[in-house]
Amino acid sequence: MVSTAVPAGGLIEGSAVLKSHLRRAERTRKLRAVGLVLPLFLFIMVSFIIPIGVMLFQSIYDPDIRTLMPNTAAALDTWDGADLPDETVFAALVQDLAAAQKEKKAALIGRRLNYEMSGLRSELVKSGKAAMTMTAGPYKDQMIAVAPIWGDRATWAVIKRAARTYTPYYYLSSFDFEYTADNDVVAVPEGQAVYKAVFVRTLGISLLVTALTLVLGFPVAYLLATQPPRIANLLLILVLLPFWTSLLVRTTAWVVLLQTQGPINDLLMLTGLVDERVQLIFTRFGTIAAMTHIQLPFTLLPIYSVMKTISPSHMRAARSLGANSFYAFARVYFPQTLPGVAAGCLLTFILCLGYYITPALVGGPTDQLISTYIALFTNSTVNWGMGSALGTILLASTLVLYFVYNRLVGIDRMRLT
Amino acid sequence: MANTAAEDAANAPYVRFTDVQKTYDGEKLVVRDLNLDIKKGEFLTMLGPSGSGKTTTLLMLAGFEVPTQGDIILGDQSLKNMPPHKRDIGMVFQNYALFPHMTVEENCAFPLDVRKVGKAEIQTRVKRALDMVQLGGYGKRRPGQLSGGQQQRVAVARALVFNPKLVLMDEPLGALDRQLREQMQLEIKHLHERLGITVVYVTHDQGEALTMSNRIAVFNDGEVQQLATPDTLYEEPQNSFVAQFIGENNKLRGTVRSLNGTICEVDVEGGGAVRALAVRIGGVGSATLLSLRPERVKINPPSGSVPNVFPAKVEELIYLGDHIRTRVSVCGHDDFVVKVPNAEGRVPFQPGSAITIGWKVEDCRALDVL
Ligand SMILES: Nc1ncnc2c1ncn2[C@@H]1O[C@H](COP(=O)(O)OP(=O)(O)OP(=O)(O)O)[C@@H](O)[C@H]1O
Ligand SMILES: [Mg+2]
Repeated sequence: MVSTAVPAGGLIEGSAVLKSHLRRAERTRKLRAVGLVLPLFLFIMVSFIIPIGVMLFQSIYDPDIRTLMPNTAAALDTWDGADLPDETVFAALVQDLAAAQKEKKAALIGRRLNYEMSGLRSELVKSGKAAMTMTAGPYKDQMIAVAPIWGDRATWAVIKRAARTYTPYYYLSSFDFEYTADNDVVAVPEGQAVYKAVFVRTLGISLLVTALTLVLGFPVAYLLATQPPRIANLLLILVLLPFWTSLLVRTTAWVVLLQTQGPINDLLMLTGLVDERVQLIFTRFGTIAAMTHIQLPFTLLPIYSVMKTISPSHMRAARSLGANSFYAFARVYFPQTLPGVAAGCLLTFILCLGYYITPALVGGPTDQLISTYIALFTNSTVNWGMGSALGTILLASTLVLYFVYNRLVGIDRMRLT
Repeated sequence: MANTAAEDAANAPYVRFTDVQKTYDGEKLVVRDLNLDIKKGEFLTMLGPSGSGKTTTLLMLAGFEVPTQGDIILGDQSLKNMPPHKRDIGMVFQNYALFPHMTVEENCAFPLDVRKVGKAEIQTRVKRALDMVQLGGYGKRRPGQLSGGQQQRVAVARALVFNPKLVLMDEPLGALDRQLREQMQLEIKHLHERLGITVVYVTHDQGEALTMSNRIAVFNDGEVQQLATPDTLYEEPQNSFVAQFIGENNKLRGTVRSLNGTICEVDVEGGGAVRALAVRIGGVGSATLLSLRPERVKINPPSGSVPNVFPAKVEELIYLGDHIRTRVSVCGHDDFVVKVPNAEGRVPFQPGSAITIGWKVEDCRALDVL
């Protein structure tokens, strides 16, 4: 019916035909857009998305005990956990330990169990050797004689939990929770809790550094954007200069500056502001000073580039309409810089969350950020589970923050013209 | 008969520039010795070539540039040391300068917000202002969603909504295409007539200036060359710059042979003597430039009807519909243009024809040499 109503040479507005024409016209544009982003998309897939997927998986995938102690794991499936397991479980244990010992894998079992109950590693090595020599049962008493841990119900609870292929253990640890012998989840005792404080510290320092870069960077960006080109270019080079040196060099420079015998302390002494040299390096102050310096251009440049696009005639118009300089700035200029402020702050904040080298070199030893721990687990102790869990939590909290922020500031809605 | 007080007030200057000078670099004067009176309710246009100091003059009036010398008075107040936001002057910029993060309504409400006008009154005044520029239905849009002409109207509405003492417009129509520009010219002109506001308008388009203004100040090189009504400016240019800047103009170089009151006789360089109005010349023997409007030249004038008659040769004919632009060579000048009205149908000559041309004494003005 629609087509018969179409007058010659034209289409009826609002008709389905018109919509389909629009869709067809848009389709080629969309195809071209897809073609343009495809190479980058593939690259990101391989180098970013897939590794992140693997990381997510690693944080819950825990097959070690199930594969290294298959018999024990199977035997424990029916154990109710109320008492010590019976002889069949001990027989399976001896069989598994002997096999593992032969393949030199007893230490691996020890390492995994040690995460949850410290001291188990050495006991397992000892038990492994003993299991090789055992020929006949009953094994229960023999094993308890070799290592008293086998007489402890808690040891068996750890093994039964660790025998699950998928485990929430790493996430629980990351939030400072642990299991009791009765499989209840409880908070880690006050003195041993680590990660919650680390997360709070990481967020706090990132927020503070972001705020500092904004406070320091905004006026400079304004100056850059409003000066005549000759002066502005010179200033811009000064701002960009740190960008041309590597992060490591800049951090090392801060090490030199902040030392107890370094120039900042020299100056403080010389001017008589302090009586004795103050500890600047290896403190929270050192971390924040160095990070603020390094992050400054990241906050400043997006703000600057947005300010550049704000026509000076806007301020003039506001003034001629009766606004004093302050009011004009607050109502007309500042709101237009918000997309830049939002972009710059977000960039700095997210980069801060992942800071590693700088806090490691100039920060206090007990004042490290989350990345230090992730690096520790992946590089030194090879505890992929913990490293992945912490990394995933960092990623998730960054995403959550991004969405909350987006809700509040509306990066999507504001165009970066 | 003595003038009444009301007449005095009407003739008293509303804006007065006294010996205003401006230099940006301390070397070149961008505005030199500007003396200019603007009457209340007047539409005054500053017209001049690029770089002649129009914008600078406007910015000094608005308070964004400080005169390096002299004083400007608005109403009965000196503007010296008065910051822009206290001057109560509405300004329309070439690039509109609408605030992109505010809707059209918010833009128009801005000057009222600043002045702490009540909510309800703001609403009615903004609505009235938008209706005035025929944008009643566009209040909720952002400037980015409007066409150039609509944006310009919003800018005009915003500059008028707070009833300013004075409205300044710096080439407000420069970015629009010709048709829209002509339409907006009339709209602004009618707004001015209806509201009785005082407008200072800057343009370098003479057609625009002639269309809209009560008076035009022709600027060149930081100086007002002539300040007059549009017709006076066209009919009686006081110097060669104005004569050439406004409308089309034939130039004949020559030397003054004799001077008799307001009439002089000039020997034209290529031969021939012309009788002309002595407007701006030195004494006998000085060089002068004769200025003559193309439409005031008569072709084959009946003998005795005009005092200046010369033989000429037709070089080129350009058909322009309402008239035929005819280039002839006369008195050794071959860039002499005559506009022949297209009233008699076909013109009786072709390129190469020998004709005579002539003009009246009062149509030919002897001016200074540029
Ligand atoms: N901020 C400034 N600093 C230095 N020189 C300036 C400045 N603004 C204008 N000038 C110079 O002053 C002269 C007059 O400029 P102005 O803008 O008043 O000209 P205008 O008549 O408005 O020209 P246009 O028609 O091109 O807008 C020009 O030579 C210009 O280069
Ligand atoms: Mg200008």
